[in-house]
Amino acid sequence: MYRTPTDISNRALAALTGLAARRAPVSGGGGSCVEIAAVVAALAAGLGACGGPYPQSAVHPASDMAVKLDDLFDQILWWAAGVFVVVQGILFYTLFRFREKQARRRPREFHGHTLLEIGWTLVPALILVAIAVPTIRVIFEVDRPTTDENALVVEVEARRWWWEFSYPEYDLVTANEMHIPVGRTIDVRMRSADVLHSFWVPRLGGKRDVVPGRENHIWFKADSTGVFLGQCAEFCGVAHALMGFRVIVQDPSEFQEWVGASLLDAPRPTSADGRAGAGVFATSACVGCHTVRGVATAQQGFGPDLTHFGSRLTIGAGILENNVDNLVTWLDSTQHVKPGALMPEVEMSEEQLRQLARFLLEMR
Amino acid sequence: MNSQPAGDRSERLDGLNARARAMGQAWKPRLAVVADWMTTVDHKKIAILYFLSGMTFLLIAGMEGQLIRVQLAQSELRILDPNLYNQLFTMHGTTMVFFAGMPLIIAYFNFVVPLQIGARDVAFPRLNMFSWWLAVFGGLFLYASVPLGSMPDGGWFAYTPLTNREYSPGRGMDFYVLALLLAGVGTIAGGVNFVVTILNLRAPGMTFMRLPLFTWMALVVSILILLAFPPFTVGLLFLLFDRNFGTHFFDAAAGADPLLWQHLFWVFGHPEVYILVLPAFGIASEVIPTFSRKGLFGYPVVVFSGVLIAFLGFGVWAHHMFAVGMGPLANSVFAGATMLIAVPTGIKIFNWIATMWGGKLRFTTPMLWAIGLVSMFIIGGLSGVMHASPPTDLQQTDTYFIVAHFHYVLIGGLVFGLFAGLYYWFPKATGKMLSDKLGKWHFWLTLAAFNITFFPMHFSGLLGMPRRTFTYPSELGLDGFNLVSTIGAGLFTVAFVPLIVNLWKTLRNGEPAGANPWGAPTLEWSTGSPPPHYNFAVVPRVQRRDPLWHPWIRPEEEEAGDHEDAGPGGVEPRLQPEVAPEPVVMPSNSWWPMVMSIGMLIATVGGLGSLETTLVGAAITLVGLFGWAFEPAFRDGAGHL
Repeated sequence: MYRTPTDISNRALAALTGLAARRAPVSGGGGSCVEIAAVVAALAAGLGACGGPYPQSAVHPASDMAVKLDDLFDQILWWAAGVFVVVQGILFYTLFRFREKQARRRPREFHGHTLLEIGWTLVPALILVAIAVPTIRVIFEVDRPTTDENALVVEVEARRWWWEFSYPEYDLVTANEMHIPVGRTIDVRMRSADVLHSFWVPRLGGKRDVVPGRENHIWFKADSTGVFLGQCAEFCGVAHALMGFRVIVQDPSEFQEWVGASLLDAPRPTSADGRAGAGVFATSACVGCHTVRGVATAQQGFGPDLTHFGSRLTIGAGILENNVDNLVTWLDSTQHVKPGALMPEVEMSEEQLRQLARFLLEMR
Repeated sequence: MNSQPAGDRSERLDGLNARARAMGQAWKPRLAVVADWMTTVDHKKIAILYFLSGMTFLLIAGMEGQLIRVQLAQSELRILDPNLYNQLFTMHGTTMVFFAGMPLIIAYFNFVVPLQIGARDVAFPRLNMFSWWLAVFGGLFLYASVPLGSMPDGGWFAYTPLTNREYSPGRGMDFYVLALLLAGVGTIAGGVNFVVTILNLRAPGMTFMRLPLFTWMALVVSILILLAFPPFTVGLLFLLFDRNFGTHFFDAAAGADPLLWQHLFWVFGHPEVYILVLPAFGIASEVIPTFSRKGLFGYPVVVFSGVLIAFLGFGVWAHHMFAVGMGPLANSVFAGATMLIAVPTGIKIFNWIATMWGGKLRFTTPMLWAIGLVSMFIIGGLSGVMHASPPTDLQQTDTYFIVAHFHYVLIGGLVFGLFAGLYYWFPKATGKMLSDKLGKWHFWLTLAAFNITFFPMHFSGLLGMPRRTFTYPSELGLDGFNLVSTIGAGLFTVAFVPLIVNLWKTLRNGEPAGANPWGAPTLEWSTGSPPPHYNFAVVPRVQRRDPLWHPWIRPEEEEAGDHEDAGPGGVEPRLQPEVAPEPVVMPSNSWWPMVMSIGMLIATVGGLGSLETTLVGAAITLVGLFGWAFEPAFRDGAGHL
C-alpha cells in the first residue's frame, strides 16, 4: 500500500510537520508544490528521506478516532511552532543586540515591569485556553463508550505476549490478527490475562492501557481498507517488543466471508505431509495449549487458537511472515525468535517439524 | 577538586596529624586525608563528594544509554539480549534519576546554599554526611546486582503487576526497591537539612526577598522532597511487602488495583521532575544576571513562579496515566492543571530574556550553558504542552516522542544547568579557572550531540516507535531516524572529552581565580576561593539583594575589575578579611554517620532474604545512632555555627 515515491515524499513532509499527507490519498499523487516542499523539508532535516513508509504512524490517520486525535495534534503543533519561532526569535535577537561591545555603556538597572509581567502571563494563558478548549471537547468525544448501537464488539484479551480477539456477535475467536469491516464502528473492549499491556494501532486510534482487573475500551471506524500495524505499548516484560498485531480492514462483504470461513472447523489437510502433521499436532505437546477446532481442543487455554492458522499473515504476534520455512524456524527455535515466549521448544525431528508446518499452513 | 594552595593543605594536614597523634594513633598522612574525607562534616567537602559520586553514576548511566542506542541503531538487531536490554533501560533511568540527578543537585545545594546565605555550614552537618553515605550505599547496593547477574528489569517506573513476585521472580526488583528505600532515607534527611538551614541560618539582613534565586529554588525543592518522597516510600514498602510477605496491595485478583502503584509512583514521580529542574532554573537565574551585568528582571515574579511550579507540580501526576482509562473528567482536570504549569515556566523564560535585554552580555562558558538551557527548555516545554492534551497523548505516550520530550527537559534543563553551575562555581570551589576555550568546545559539542540524538526521536515517536522495546521491525521504516540518534549518542561521549581534559588540566595548573572572578553579585563571591573552612571570617550583614553590586558599580570600577561594594563603610558586605578577627569554632569530624549508614546498608542487604543479616545491620545502626547522639558536635569545647 505504500509504494510510490510521491507517497514517500508526502510522508516525509508529514513526518516533519505532522501534517499534510493525512489528507492526501494513500496511493495517489499530491500537488507538486507539496512534493517540492516535502523534499526540501526532508533534505533540510537530513532525515526524512531515509525512512520508508510508516505503517505504524500516528500522523497518517485512517479512522474517525485517529483523525480527531491528529486534527487536535495539528492545532497544538501550529501553536507550538508559532511560540517556538517567536520566543527563540526574541531570545536570539536579544543575544545579538546586547552582546558585549567595548564602547557600550554599562547597563541601566531596571528591576521589573508590571505590565510586561502581566502581558507574558496573560498571552501564554490565552494560548493555553485556545488549546484547552478543543482538548476538552475531544476528550469528551473520544474518552467515553461509543454511542453507536450498530457497533461491532471485539473483545481483546492481552497476554504475554500475544493478543486474542473474540467476536461475541459471531462466537468467533482468533489471535494476533483482527479482521474488521470498513465503515462500521468497532467497539474494542479489552482485558488483561496477566500484566499491564496497551492496545495501540496508531493509524486507527490512540493507546488504551489494558489493566488487570478492569475492562477498558476504545472505539473507531476505519475509513479505508488495508492492513494496519499495531503493537503493545506498555512495557510488559521480556518479549514486549515482539507483541505486535495487525488489524485487517476489509469491505463488509469480504469481512462476512472471512467470518463465515472462520466459523467452520479446520479443513482436512490435503497433502500426505499435512495429514501426518495433524497427527503430530494431536499427539504432541502442542495440543496442551492450542486449540484447532475439528482436530483437537486445548487442555488449557494458554496459547492462541490455531484454527485457520494458514490464513494468517504472520507468526508469533507479528514477528515473521507466515510460510513453511519461517514456521519450521519458529517451532524449532522459538526462544531464539522470540526470547521469553511462553511456548516451550518441543523436541521434534526435522521431518516432523516440516509436517507440522504443512498441517498448520493447510488450515486456511 | 580538592587541590588548595600548598601551604593551606600542609597546615591542615599538620592539624590532622596532631589530632591523630593526640588520639594515640600513628596515622600516615595519606590515610589521614582519607579519614578526613570519610568523616568530614564540612558542607564544601560533602558537596565535592556528592559531585564525584553523582558524576560517576552519570557516566555509568550514560554508558548504559550508549548501549541502548547501539542496540537500536538499526531494526531487528540482536546485539543485546532482550533481558539485558530491559535491565539496561531500567538501570539507566533509575541511576540517572536517583544516583546521578539527585546527588548532583544536592552537591550544588551543599556547596552554594550556605555560602549564599552567609552561613558557616548547614544546620545539621553530620546528618549531611549521613545523607551522602546513604546516597552512595544506595547506588552501590543497586549495582551489586550487576555482578550477581540479577539487575532489575521492570523499568525505573516499576509498574505492577509486572514487578510482582509472580512476573518478576528474580532478585532484580528487590534490588531496585531496597536501593531506593535506602537512598530515600538520605534524600529525605537532606531535604530536612536544607529547609532548616535556609530557614534558620541566613545571615543578618538576608530576608526572603533578598535570597539569591538558587537558594530560593533549593528551599522550594527541599520542601518538594519532603512532600514527594514519603508517598513513594509507601509505594516501595507496599511493593516490598507484596513481593516478599504475601500482601496484596496491588493484586487485582485479590480485589486491589494495580493502578494504585501508578498513583503513588507518579505523585512522587512528577514532582521529582521539578525537584531536578528547579535547581537548574535557579542556576540560570544566577548565571544570566551575572553575565548580563544586570540584576535579575522581575525577581519576585521569578521566585513566585518557581513556587507556583512546585505547587502545581503536585496536581498533575495523572498526566502520566491518560491512557489507563480514568474517564473524561479526570483526564480534563489533569490536562488543565498540566497546561497551567506552562504559564509560570513561560514567565521564567521571559524574565530571563528581559534580564538579558539591555544588558551587556558576556558569552562565557557558564553563560553559554545557561542560554542553552533557556533555548533547549523551550523545546522540551512545548512538546510537553503537546502531550498535556490527553487525546494527543494517547498517540504520544510510551513512544519515542516522550523520550525526546523528557530528555529535552532533563538534559536541556537539568544537565545544561548543572554544567552552567559547574563552570560558574568551579573557580569558587577550587580557586582555579576552568579553561574557557575547552569549556566552549564542551558546550558546542554537547549541544550538537544532544540535538542529533534526541530531536529525531520526535519523528520516530510520532511515526510509530514505541518505548522500552529492545528492537523494532524494519517494516516500520524507522531505521534512518534511529541511526541518526545512535550517531548523536556516540558524539555525546566525545563531547565529554573536553570536560575531562579541562578538569584535569585546571586542577594541575589552572589560572588562579581570586575571590570574585565573574564580578558576581551574591555573597559566596565575597569570600576566598576556595573559601576557608569557616566560609566567612566575619558574618556578613546584608542590606539588599545582590549585595556585592550595590550601589551599582561605577564604570571606572568596572574597568579596574573591582566589583566589591563601594557603599558606606561597614554596613554592606565587603570582600571578607583574610584572617578571622576572632577564633571560629567549627563542628568536628565524626565517624558515626558512616557507622550508622553501614548498619543500614547491612540491614538492607539482609532485606534480600536474610533476617539475621538485617538484625545485625539494625544493631549496628543502633550503635551508630547512640554514638552519634552522645557525641558532642563541637569536640573542642562548646560552640555553635
